[in-house]
Amino acid sequence: MIRNLWNDLDGTFFPESALDYMPADRLREVQLQRLKAVTALAYERVALFRERMDAKGVKPGDVRTLDDVRLLPFAAKTDLRDTYPYGLFAVPMSEVVRLHASSGTTGKPIVVGYTAPDMEVWKQVIMRTLYAAGFSRGDVVQNMFGYGLFTGGLGLHDGIEGIGATVIPISGGNSERQIMVMKDFGVTAVSCTPSYFIHLIEVAGKLGIDFKRDLKVKRGVFGAEPWTDQMRQFIETASGIKAYDIYGLSEIIGPGVAAECGCQSGLHVFEDHFLVEIVDPKTLEPVPEGQEGELVITTLSKQAMPVIRYRTRDITAIEARPCACGRSIRRIRRISRRSDDMFIIRGVNVFPSQIETALLKTEASLPHYQIVLTRKSGLDRMEVRVEVTGEMLRDRLSEMEGLQRRFAHSIEQITSLHTDVILVQPGTIPRSEGKAKRVLDHRNDSV
Amino acid sequence: MKIRQISVFLENRPGRLSALCRTLAEAGINLSTLTLAETGEFGLLRLITPDPAKAQQVIEQAGYAATATEVVALQVPDRPGGLASVLQVLEAHGLSVEYMYAFAMRAGGDAVMVFRFDDMDRALTVLQAAGVSVSKSVDLFGA
Repeated sequence: MIRNLWNDLDGTFFPESALDYMPADRLREVQLQRLKAVTALAYERVALFRERMDAKGVKPGDVRTLDDVRLLPFAAKTDLRDTYPYGLFAVPMSEVVRLHASSGTTGKPIVVGYTAPDMEVWKQVIMRTLYAAGFSRGDVVQNMFGYGLFTGGLGLHDGIEGIGATVIPISGGNSERQIMVMKDFGVTAVSCTPSYFIHLIEVAGKLGIDFKRDLKVKRGVFGAEPWTDQMRQFIETASGIKAYDIYGLSEIIGPGVAAECGCQSGLHVFEDHFLVEIVDPKTLEPVPEGQEGELVITTLSKQAMPVIRYRTRDITAIEARPCACGRSIRRIRRISRRSDDMFIIRGVNVFPSQIETALLKTEASLPHYQIVLTRKSGLDRMEVRVEVTGEMLRDRLSEMEGLQRRFAHSIEQITSLHTDVILVQPGTIPRSEGKAKRVLDHRNDSV
Repeated sequence: MKIRQISVFLENRPGRLSALCRTLAEAGINLSTLTLAETGEFGLLRLITPDPAKAQQVIEQAGYAATATEVVALQVPDRPGGLASVLQVLEAHGLSVEYMYAFAMRAGGDAVMVFRFDDMDRALTVLQAAGVSVSKSVDLFGA
């Protein structure tokens, strides 16, 4: 029985994944022990955590149960920026074997560090991520996450090597070359952002390459940006691969915080290393179990840069019911939006994911789009720019105007907001090979 | 005989049309005729060229959205009532013209016009039965 549970997808046994099936009571004990240790470490070695805990009148010894994590102060991205570069490190630099940095959207980047044991933990959680998605020795994996300071590329890299698969460290960019390599090297699995893979499907089509007929790719892990079930459906239908969602963030470790299993119904959090809470983003109080809120993470085993109660800004919910795969580590629901991606227009909260859903309802494939917010004489306007593809194009103006109306109608149905849909030429919406900039808010540019 | 027309999506902004024309010029593509249909925001450039497959490839590779449509080129007598006589045939058979535009050349004493019908096959049958000359690709572009 146990053996069955510990077997993955195709029946292979992976020792690294055994921790995913740890009995729940034992898992909570491990978490508590580690929470106590990391709280003590942060208090002793990191001025910011000590000052905040002192200000709240909390000592590490006050943490007696897992729920006591709520006594501890929160941390946010601004804390990493304010203590740039090494202010949150808990070990001397002689212990730090790796640095990464995230491209901050404004000002200075944030810097994160790893000790040698941290690197080993990171590799282990990526291996568990890959096994859960059915990767194994024998796979040829094209790793299209950016290499360099970004945690995505090198993070996945070590884990892919760890499971004994072949890694192609191609990094992002040069889409035509990506397709060529995918074909010529007999690639069986991929890793990248979902929006980039959708872009690659388009590029392959232009090159006359049929994913299903000409390529051997069977599966992929996708992350580093919120994506929707519709995007998954599109990827799986258009390319014939299985698309798995993976989750992580540099501030915590990089990729490897949570990952989908073969059931594709939520992401298993590697709870032995990460303690997760869901709080109301406004009141910061815990929400009832199963309810949506902001994900807050405490690292349980990081040495170089322990982080206590980090506010991720990602909106999700904890799924406590057991997963059909048999893993005991709990799942978080797929993150399709961030609390800070949300914008408010004419009093209505809108998430880009809602616009995406509306566009996909109208066209079978997700076009490149951008939401532009402007203000004229105090009135807010939402404009959605949609790139016309060859598939969408009709020879009649009336049909193109009809398409425009259907987009606008679909957006209105979902958001209850009137939108101006503007059809634009392909390639005119700026895109990065990594995260797509979905919302341009020009409302405060001029009075 | 049907010929292939390439339609290209263009934003209605200064420079967009000339950019496309430059792309075609650089690829050595000769335009036999073209027409632009537009709304306030965007337009469809419809063009006829001797090698539509190559033109579409060049246009798409340059990053434009393009689609191919079948049209027919008809020889219309170049005299008062010439076009009316052709249209009359269509009207009599309940066929409607979606759009039409003139070819930049003449065949013999006739003008050549490009037509798109809602029912292309039936239109062709009806026109040929009525003795309207349908231009062949070789007539338009040479061998």
